[in-house]
Amino acid sequence: MDSVFGLVGDGFAIIAADASAARSILVFKHDEDKIMELDSHKLLVSAGTPADCATFNEYIQRNLKLYELNNDVSLGTHGAAHFIRGELATALRKGPYQANLLLAGHDAQTGVALYQMDYMAALSKVNFGAHGYAAAFILSVFDRDWVKGMNVEQSLDVVRKCIHELKTRFLISQPVFIL
Amino acid sequence: FQVEYAMEAVKRGSAVVGVRGADCVVLGVERKAVAQLQDARTIRKICKLDDHLTIAFAGFTADARVLIEKARIEAQSYRLTCEDAPSIDYMARHIAKTQQSYTQRGGVRPFGVSSMISGFNSDKSPQLYLTDPAGTYSAWKAHAIGGRNEKAVQEFLEKNWTATLAEDESIRLTIKALLEVVDSGSKNMEVVVSRCGEKVRNLTEEELEVIIADIEREQEEAKKSNQEATAMET
Repeated sequence: MDSVFGLVGDGFAIIAADASAARSILVFKHDEDKIMELDSHKLLVSAGTPADCATFNEYIQRNLKLYELNNDVSLGTHGAAHFIRGELATALRKGPYQANLLLAGHDAQTGVALYQMDYMAALSKVNFGAHGYAAAFILSVFDRDWVKGMNVEQSLDVVRKCIHELKTRFLISQPVFIL
Repeated sequence: FQVEYAMEAVKRGSAVVGVRGADCVVLGVERKAVAQLQDARTIRKICKLDDHLTIAFAGFTADARVLIEKARIEAQSYRLTCEDAPSIDYMARHIAKTQQSYTQRGGVRPFGVSSMISGFNSDKSPQLYLTDPAGTYSAWKAHAIGGRNEKAVQEFLEKNWTATLAEDESIRLTIKALLEVVDSGSKNMEVVVSRCGEKVRNLTEEELEVIIADIEREQEEAKKSNQEATAMET
């Protein structure tokens, strides 16, 4: 089960995802990069069924690129989040994508934003978020330690605490995280 | 006949010149004088098909818009399925196929658009492709479409193109060719340079002015020395 989490700091956002690709009891690799660059200022990461996550991420990446080419301007984070949610919602009643997502982006108008979406197409703008079993552990760390307007060092400290928490309490060993 | 009418529409469009240099491709378009109240920035004749491909067209702007949008979707779709950038040959073939399919169906008319696509092969060599309303596509070393005098510009290019044009020489050749049909002045043309692996570069008005002034000075001097030569002969 993937662990994926992120938080918003002062003018930046951090997203972390575990780098293990596994199936049942076997771990394939420890350097899987699940974070996808949608464009120069947006990151998308998804947790869930690996195939659905990868397919959906690539589909979103291509469609946002098409939008950028056709309209000569990048879609803002707010617009992108709602577009993605729309895609999830359309697919929901046909063959839902089993992907829970975190979208972090920066645009000139609203600054930094983090959006959390789940496979049922629920969308919310959050200051910090997590998906997967890890959410149970990480959200409580965030609740205690996240403050508004942290700088990079403080945020990385909080991220380290989260990873430490997972290493101590989470059953599945996920040794490597990619930020 | 429909295809011939479409080609006529292209001839009446504003000029586009494409030149393939040794390591770059230059596209130049004529920017027709705009009405006083019109915002010149909204008229785009050179568009990005994808990060590595640029397209310039002559003919019906509306038809071109539709064609370019279809091509962009195809480029992204190719990237989605093949996880790789589409080759310029593939894109040219796709656009040509689209144009051809509209010449052989009932109830539709052909796209009144000829387009020039610039890009690079996988071996980094520059490519310039041309498509026309009939649906043919071909690669060229240099070509001109649209404008008052397509033939004259093409002949000019044939006379002056060499296989080893550096970037600035390619730019000069493009502008010289455009000046055959366009009134002088940087406001009347737009020039775009593509180099392999780099972002496509749009020449600013200042840069254009400098080059045009230089070309015209050269032409003046050539004319003067010609006159002196004929004067001396008599």
